[in-house]
Parts: sequence; structure tokens; C-alpha cells
Amino acid sequence: MSDSSQTPIFDAREVAQALEKVFPSAQIAWEENLSPSAQHAIVLGPAHALACAQWLKKDSPWQWDFLSNVTGVDWTDEALALQAKARIKSDPSVDPESLPKEGYLEAVYHLYSINKGLGPLVLRLRTANRKNDVSLPSLTPVWRSAEFQEREIFDLFGIVFEGHPDMRRIMMWDDFEGHPMRKDFVEADDYEYEPTPHDAVLKRCQEHFADPANGRS
Amino acid sequence: MDEGLKSELQKAGIFTTTLNDLYNWGRGNSLWPLQFGLACCAIEMIATSMSRYDLARFGAEVFRPSPRQADLMIVSGTVTKKMAPQVVRLFKQMPSPKYVIAMGACAISGGPFKQGYNVLKGIDRYIPVDVHIPGCPPRPEALLHAIMTLQRKIAQDTLHPSRRKEEEAERIAALPVPEHGSHDLLPPKHDVLWHPEPVQRS
Repeated sequence: MSDSSQTPIFDAREVAQALEKVFPSAQIAWEENLSPSAQHAIVLGPAHALACAQWLKKDSPWQWDFLSNVTGVDWTDEALALQAKARIKSDPSVDPESLPKEGYLEAVYHLYSINKGLGPLVLRLRTANRKNDVSLPSLTPVWRSAEFQEREIFDLFGIVFEGHPDMRRIMMWDDFEGHPMRKDFVEADDYEYEPTPHDAVLKRCQEHFADPANGRS
Repeated sequence: MDEGLKSELQKAGIFTTTLNDLYNWGRGNSLWPLQFGLACCAIEMIATSMSRYDLARFGAEVFRPSPRQADLMIVSGTVTKKMAPQVVRLFKQMPSPKYVIAMGACAISGGPFKQGYNVLKGIDRYIPVDVHIPGCPPRPEALLHAIMTLQRKIAQDTLHPSRRKEEEAERIAALPVPEHGSHDLLPPKHDVLWHPEPVQRS
């Protein structure tokens, strides 16, 4: 009651350090967010992510009891190269060799503590690559609200969540091929007439108008 | 009957009509829409049926929860490719005569999602649409206008349709419900229903 008018402050770095102390072998990393929002994240190694999540919710002093959002990110090799460039520019002491080069898929979890009025705490889980090793542990057993969102990430990004109670597509139909939110997803070429085409649609339009078989000149 | 004679008789208090006109008048003024909504347009459709806009003035306020009891389908909102087969199936389950209003930019063309991977580019690829309403979403007045337009269209109906019209209705009724393919619906459109004019452009 006494300080309810003030926004409670927490330091995500403290959470990361506490996690490291409890799980010394969990490969916990700290990810700075260079944007003005400065919402830094804790990167959890997939092997211990479930145990870490359980601890964060039940046993940690912050009691992260509410998962508000899970989202996916597709980090291509090109995107990582751009990010590395920005990182080196902001901090020239960074060793370029220490930055990841091979692309990966990422699941981002936003946690709040309703009990303590804290948040958001950002967790990131990363797959080994974006081709054949794309599984991550599901955090649905810890936070039930992750169920549909992890299904959505599986549907649109193709991350397979191990331990999820119902791992199947949620938006697209079961026979759909590919994962539409991946950067390299190729859409079916099903252009239809538009009165005012522009940009990418204009390009498609020109390809189709050049086709005399469609009755268009 | 001669319009002049009809008018003269009306002055004397005698109203004349034809069975055909009476039938169309009844049908047009007691439309039973199918109760389903797909997206934000459905909110405008709900508003239309409430007291402020009062769809009951046009005799179309009895929204039915079953397609077997409905004769008007208001496709109100974005039809995703995942949802499209169900919409077509509902239409096929409605008894004839039946009418379709495609409400809003998405239902008539795919709207802002036209170039996306998951939205149908207009429901008229699979079912015959009587009235298209543009807008995103259309205001309730626009839906009322569509109902009135449909009533005018119904007024042109005949009790005994020609053989050609019957055959066309049979062809449309025999069209299959589309199935989900690897990227798109199969077939992507019914050629009997959807044949846009070829566009000439240099």
C-alpha cells in the first residue's frame, strides 16, 4: 500500500545474475537492446530453459506469474550481419568473432509479475539454426497462456516446441506448406488484376500483363 | 394489366396485382439472413439490426442460426482461405431461392489483404453474389441500401424461371466446395462464376 503510487523498479540484469547463480550450467546470456526502449533480454540456453522458467515463476523473489506475450523472430544471416555492424559501431571493443553469424529462429517471451507489479521481463530462446535444428523447449507447462502463441509461432515461423501438449498449426490449414512469416517464404504466384498496382504488386502486374495467354497485352 | 386501368381501379378502391408481383413482394420483404459474421463488418451488421438503424423496417431482422432456415447470406468480413470452404458449404446448405450480399472490401475483393498469402480475393469466386457493398467497413446505411437494392432485384424475379436460368442454377448448385491445397484453395476459383473482363493495357 505504502508505495503503490510509484512504479516498482526491477533490474533485469539482477534477474539474469540470480538465474546464473541458481543454474550455473544453463548458458544464460545477456542481450542488450540498442533501441531507445532499452528492453534488454535474458537469453536462455534451450537445455535448461524449462527449469529456469519454473524457477522464475515459482521460486524467484520476483514471481513472474504472468506471461503476456510470445512472439517469433526470424534472424537471417543478413539480418545478423546488419545487427553486428550496429553493435560494433556502438561499442568498438566488441569482438566481431563473438557475434553469431549463422541465422537462427528466436522465440521471445514477455513476463510480468502481477503479485509484485513488475514487468516486462524479456526472455529469448534461440534455435541452433533456421534449417534443420529448429526445436525449442515449450514453456506451456509453466505458463499455460503460451499454448496458442507457441502454436502460432510453430505455424508461421516453424519452430517446433518440444513438450507442447498440442503442437499443430493454428492459423493455416494442416496441409499448408511452409512457414509464411519466414523471411525466405515464397508466396504462390496468384496475381489478380488491381486497378492501382504499386511496388512489388506493380512488378508482378507487369509480369502478368506481358503474358498474352491471359488475354492481356 | 394496363397501368392506366390499374391506376383508375385504385382510385375506386380496387387494388389489382399479379401472383408474380405478390410472391416477389412477400419474398423481398421477409428476408431471413443467416446469422454469422467473419470480421469487423459483422459489427456494423449487428448495429444495422439494432434499434438505431432498425433493419426490421425492411423485413430482414430475423437472423437465423441455421442455414436451412435462411435465404440471405451476408458475407460480412474477411474470408480467409481457411474459412472459405465453410462459407461455401453454408451457402450450399441454404434452400433456394437464396441471395448473397458481399459486405465490405474484404468480402468483395480481399481488400487490404488482397496480395497476402491467406485471404480469399473475393467470395464471388465461389458463390454467386447479388449485391456488393464497398467500404471498410461499410456503414449501416450502406447495408440498408444493399438490402433495398436486393429487394429491387427480387422484384424482377419470375415464378417460373426460364429453362436457361434453371440450368445455370443447377450448374452453380453442382459446384464443389473448394479444398485446401499446399498453398491455395483448389480450385482457386469457379470459372462458371468468376470471369473478370480481360484488361487491355499498354
